[in-house]
Amino acid sequence: MLAKWFTPNKEIPKSVYTSAGLITFLLFLVFWSVLSYGGIVNPLFLPTPTVVLATAIDLLFNGELLSNIGISFTRVLVGFLVAALIGIPLGILMGSLKIMEGAFEPIIGFIRYMPASAFIPLLILWIGLGESEKMSVIFLGTFFQLTLMIMDVTKNVQNELIEVSYTLGAKKLQVFTKVILPAALPGIVDTLRITFGWAWTYLVVAEIVGASSGLGYMIMQASRFLQPDKIIVGILIIGLLGLLTDMIFKAIYRASFSWMRKDGF
Amino acid sequence: MVTAATMNSPLIGTPKLEIKDVGKIFKTKSGETTALEKTSFTINDGEFVTILGPSGCGKSTVLRIVAGLEEATSGQVLLDGEVINGPGPDRGMVFQSYTLFPWLNVKENITFGLKLNGVSQKEREDVARHYLQLIGLEGFENHYPIQLSGGMKQRVAIARALANDPKILLMDEPFGALDAQTRNIMQEVLLKAWEESKKTILFITHDVDESIFLADSVYVMSARPGRLKKKVPISIERPRGFSVKGTVEFAAYKEELLSLIREESLKSI
Repeated sequence: MLAKWFTPNKEIPKSVYTSAGLITFLLFLVFWSVLSYGGIVNPLFLPTPTVVLATAIDLLFNGELLSNIGISFTRVLVGFLVAALIGIPLGILMGSLKIMEGAFEPIIGFIRYMPASAFIPLLILWIGLGESEKMSVIFLGTFFQLTLMIMDVTKNVQNELIEVSYTLGAKKLQVFTKVILPAALPGIVDTLRITFGWAWTYLVVAEIVGASSGLGYMIMQASRFLQPDKIIVGILIIGLLGLLTDMIFKAIYRASFSWMRKDGF
Repeated sequence: MVTAATMNSPLIGTPKLEIKDVGKIFKTKSGETTALEKTSFTINDGEFVTILGPSGCGKSTVLRIVAGLEEATSGQVLLDGEVINGPGPDRGMVFQSYTLFPWLNVKENITFGLKLNGVSQKEREDVARHYLQLIGLEGFENHYPIQLSGGMKQRVAIARALANDPKILLMDEPFGALDAQTRNIMQEVLLKAWEESKKTILFITHDVDESIFLADSVYVMSARPGRLKKKVPISIERPRGFSVKGTVEFAAYKEELLSLIREESLKSI
């Protein structure tokens, strides 16, 4: 039995697969408990799971958590939406028109290696410490990668699909709207799912520097006041929000692209 | 010498497609490679022509030039007396690889070209029904390509090309990826569709049996550089069923074509 589970590429029962994931989670929790309840690590640095849970409930009921989530989520969403609204059409054009690729690929390929966080001082100089600065950090952190990934997705559209559409009478614009776009759409949704995850990472970076609200700010303040439980709650919440948005994107994917599955459901 | 082309076509001897001195040279780092030597031939209205050649002989290049998907280095292609310039719906194409739009179901795939042209929903339904019946896929109209076998996909691809009512149907080894049994059935499906639609067909293959079974004329192509070596008219009576493949007449054509193509295959190894 055990030998079967450790054979490369071999299918295992679904129950075993799910249990394996749960066990890893449990082991992590056990490790944390041993370190904290066992007094191995000073509670000033590592609080116990119960303390963290109590802090979470407290923060939830006094409203601090929800208002910070609301603020942070708005920043992530707006920064990311702007990146997607420009990145998707630009990426599609770059993936299908050589002239657009030639014009934009070099500069985007260059800028994406510049760390978005290093732009923060410049952004503060340019647009101050307001909301648009936070959103700009998220935009900078996601836009360039997103555009290049959409370009790749578009490039991978099977060339024969485009050719056959020409022989069926499609005009250039129709090739974009009736062939390239629907063919690339699953890849586009998947790219959005992945880059949205990155947006959360940049949110914290943006809120640690010069913010007065949001989850990143809450974490930073907790550090100043030696509240590791609050830091952990903040980190967990960001993780959960990331997971949630990931699941939403996956649900959209499943609901929209049933044609990719043999059973059609 | 009774062929379907001469029986069916009132425009006997009218060239549907004229290929005049068409050649193709590729520029590579090491210089120029001639993919296709200047080639000329004509196809009559309603005729079924196959081009037979070893792989890499440039037979697909000919087809792609006719389709307008590739530009010839020299010469021109005339369809109904008019020079072709780029791809268009007057030349339907079926590829070897599966090219159904995976996000559209069978019916939507078949009527893709009609919808682009703004044909009404009602008319599209009628056309779809007709071609589904012709290719024997009634009941599959709402299936998506992923749910179809390779043979079914190619049937739909043929229906999609025909539904657009092109002047000529171009087929680039459409059954090349199918197993032998499916391939034989597909050949009969295609002949039935051809006899019913009276289309002119230019069909590329490297399969000798296939080229004889389908064609009014087989053009044998030579390799490196590609050029038309010989035209072999096939006068096997139509309509043809699978049993003609066992006849002495068929065997004689096969022997002739095999020896022609063998020389070419040896050259290209």
